[in-house]
Amino acid sequence: MQTEIEALLPLPPATFHILVALAGEDRHGYAIIQDIAARTNGEVQLSAGTLYRSIQRMQEQGLISEPRQRPAREHDDERRRYYRLTPFGTSVARAEARRLTQMLKLARQSGFTPERA
Amino acid sequence: MRFYRALLHLYPAGFRAEYGLDMAGIFDARRQRTRGLAAVVALYSAAIWDVGQNAGRVHADLLRQDLRYAGRTLLRAKGYAATAVAITALGVGATTAAFSITDHVLIRPLRFADAERLVKVWEKEPQYARTELSPGNYRDWKAQSTSFEAMAAFSAKPANLAGSREPQHVETTLVDPSLFTLLGAIPERGRLFDPEDDREGAAGTLLVSHALWQSEFGADPAVLGRIVRLDDENYTVIGVMPPDFSFPNRSTQAWRPLRFQATDFDDRGNDYLQVVAKLKSGVTIEQALSELTSIAEQLERAYPKENFRTRATVIPLRAELSPQTRILLTALFGASLSVLLIACTNLASLLLARVLGRRTELAVRSALGAGRERLVRQLLTESLLLSAAGGAIGIAIAVAAMPLLTRLVPVTLPIGEPAIDLRVLLFATLITCGTGLGFGVVPALRVCRSPDMTDLREATRSATNASGQRLRGILVVAQVAVSVALLISAGLLIRALWRVQSVNPGFVTADVLAIQTPVPWPRYAPTARRVDFYNRVLSETRALPGVTHAAFISFVPMAMGGGIWPIAIHGAPATPAESEQSLTGSLRFVTPDFFATLGIPLRRGRDVRESDTLSSQMVAVVSESFVRRYWPDSDPIGRTFTMATKERTVVGVVGDIRVRGLERPSEPQVYLPYRQVEDGWFPFYAPKELVVRASSDPAGLTPAIRRIVREADPDLPLARVRTLADVVETQTAARVTQLRVLQAFALLSLVLAGIGIHGLLSYVVSERRTEIGLRLALGAQRSNILKLVVGQGVWLAMVGAALGIIIAYAAGQQMSALLAGVGPGDPATFAGSAALVMLMTTAGSLFPALRALRVDAALVMRG
Repeated sequence: MQTEIEALLPLPPATFHILVALAGEDRHGYAIIQDIAARTNGEVQLSAGTLYRSIQRMQEQGLISEPRQRPAREHDDERRRYYRLTPFGTSVARAEARRLTQMLKLARQSGFTPERA
Repeated sequence: MRFYRALLHLYPAGFRAEYGLDMAGIFDARRQRTRGLAAVVALYSAAIWDVGQNAGRVHADLLRQDLRYAGRTLLRAKGYAATAVAITALGVGATTAAFSITDHVLIRPLRFADAERLVKVWEKEPQYARTELSPGNYRDWKAQSTSFEAMAAFSAKPANLAGSREPQHVETTLVDPSLFTLLGAIPERGRLFDPEDDREGAAGTLLVSHALWQSEFGADPAVLGRIVRLDDENYTVIGVMPPDFSFPNRSTQAWRPLRFQATDFDDRGNDYLQVVAKLKSGVTIEQALSELTSIAEQLERAYPKENFRTRATVIPLRAELSPQTRILLTALFGASLSVLLIACTNLASLLLARVLGRRTELAVRSALGAGRERLVRQLLTESLLLSAAGGAIGIAIAVAAMPLLTRLVPVTLPIGEPAIDLRVLLFATLITCGTGLGFGVVPALRVCRSPDMTDLREATRSATNASGQRLRGILVVAQVAVSVALLISAGLLIRALWRVQSVNPGFVTADVLAIQTPVPWPRYAPTARRVDFYNRVLSETRALPGVTHAAFISFVPMAMGGGIWPIAIHGAPATPAESEQSLTGSLRFVTPDFFATLGIPLRRGRDVRESDTLSSQMVAVVSESFVRRYWPDSDPIGRTFTMATKERTVVGVVGDIRVRGLERPSEPQVYLPYRQVEDGWFPFYAPKELVVRASSDPAGLTPAIRRIVREADPDLPLARVRTLADVVETQTAARVTQLRVLQAFALLSLVLAGIGIHGLLSYVVSERRTEIGLRLALGAQRSNILKLVVGQGVWLAMVGAALGIIIAYAAGQQMSALLAGVGPGDPATFAGSAALVMLMTTAGSLFPALRALRVDAALVMRG
């Protein structure tokens, strides 16, 4: 399991963003794009092409899946496909977050302190 | 929206089916929120960029996956992979090699400026379709014609190059200084000729080929301005031509200005100039020809004797090759395509068998959700991978075959050696991809025919297999047909070669050495000087141990077919103009003992003698065909005729020889005594070939003869030393090479067809194991089973052979010019080829048949 996770690291930025967007709830593609844009104050705008190429790969890697149950009827947009984080996807996201924290720590120790926004 | 949906077709179908709708939805949502023309344009541009980029990546991902998968599956089926690669390699190799040579000789434009407007201009006489021009006629044609932008004459003139090292024989060409401008040639170093070089009395100037510059001058950059001696005259090297410049052919090593003296224009019977010209833009060959024809008609009226019935011939420079060469190369290319076809059908058959064998695997993948497109794509990747490997090896085969094929390039064309270049590589890549795609896609589509692949899921054996078998049966018939056609064609050419080789040249070829000893003018212009040289060399050569005969002659037969002179017979029509056919004969000056040296039988009278000098009676020895033609009913000895400006009396009659080669009719032969020529006359005909006959293999004599010649004249090179057997063999060299290639192709196709039959029958037997077992259990005789299996092979072979015979007969008629009189329906060849194919069929059926016999009925029934 551990080696499988490490084989995927570092994650491409788009993949990590998608994992983060799916952390709270199942979303369809457009909602993922909007969620990422909102979280990053509009800095990251995934294109449809990049999104679905990432989604295809992530499905193949087992990071995300299509849930059997759909969201509650009033929220469900029937034409759209929803995606859900798998337990493996969660582990990979955690590992990537750990890796990024580690990197940040290393940077700080070397004096590369990011300026406060 | 429609636009975006169309754009999505850039993605693989599977991806589109999975995500297309959602992607279109996102685009739709964004589009609805976008206002203003600029923003809309920006949205669409971004979408195009996004889809284009990502679709490419998705395809690349798929390809990577497919390649990995194909690599893995092929490693598990090494035998299959190796067979497929080998078949492709043979097909691509044969076709690429044949294409490179055909393209080089027949298709590719010449490397000259406006090459399509370059033509060769010849005179045409009743007996000869193409003859050279006399300086007088050339001058008038050039001055009076208006169809050409430029016209330039040239004439080959080998010379002795003395100077830097040992004297050497070089092939030089005398050229009109405007020739290089006409061809648009640019020197690699130095300059071209200018009109000043052409002036009478100007210092000699010389342009050298890249090859000569390298071999003789060590690629010395300071070669310009260097003075070399050619035939005892000084020449200054003024330029070096680039490596790819060949004119008039690839053996030319240097060029000198062609100069005329006023008297040169007087003799209109002295035809020695070849002429190249550039048509004015928009002028057709027909227009130029009709203009030259009318000029020629005027010249005939002005000089009726020399220009008797002389007309013009204009042909594209590119087309200056014999019909035989053209047919030969076309046949070769056709044969290579046949090999490719057989290779492809074999490959298709192989892939089909493999795909059918993988039905279970494919069905599983299909059940797991792989779409039809995905499976076809996977199968195609596999066949492309195989063909790419095969193609690479095939190109290597073609490169390795180049030295052999170079011999097929005719020397008449101004082209160099063929090479595998970008153009040929492109061709090879194209046919490789075509092979992989074309023959991968058929089986792949076949197996995944229905969109939902019910065939696969249900693995309905009977339906799929029956159609697969039928397809493979058709492929086998095609293979057999093509290989029979190739076998018969090769067989016909073998028979033709035998026939040509069995032609009696009229002289002995064994143990005779021919050595070129050019006698350069003006040093050897005095006859006495030459006589001294010949006698010294001959007496010392005859004294060598093992030498039985030695003599000098103007030209060795076959090495030189020309040297033809008009003949006037007393009592017969006096001038050619009065005769339907002008009378000509091949003219040679010989020393005594020439006939004995070449073993040409003396039929009547005597040989030429040392005592035949200018002060005695002018005599001649003629061939039997001469006598048959001019005095068929009377004793020729003592009769006279006029040739080479003098009346000559026949003193001897000798056997005929094939002067022009084994396959061409020769003019009657006239031999004149080497002493009976005035000082400085007929330099072209001065004896310059030493022929030596030894009691055993004469090759060992070369060093001794070389020493004798060097001592007689240190400045003379021994240009070429060869045996007469070699000279005769070069007559059939092109045939032999072509035949070897064609034979290889035919054998290849035979083997491939055998593999095809074997593959099909093995497959049939394995598919019908149950049926065979059942039949055996029900009491069928094993001989019946044998008949069943072998019978199917024989039946397919017979259908294929019948088709092949029809194709071969048609091909034979096209090749009749190459067949030297062998009929295109030669029964022995047809029977032999049919027998070979039957043998191959039996061999191919044998193993599958034995396997069928070993089927254990009980085992099959239980299984």
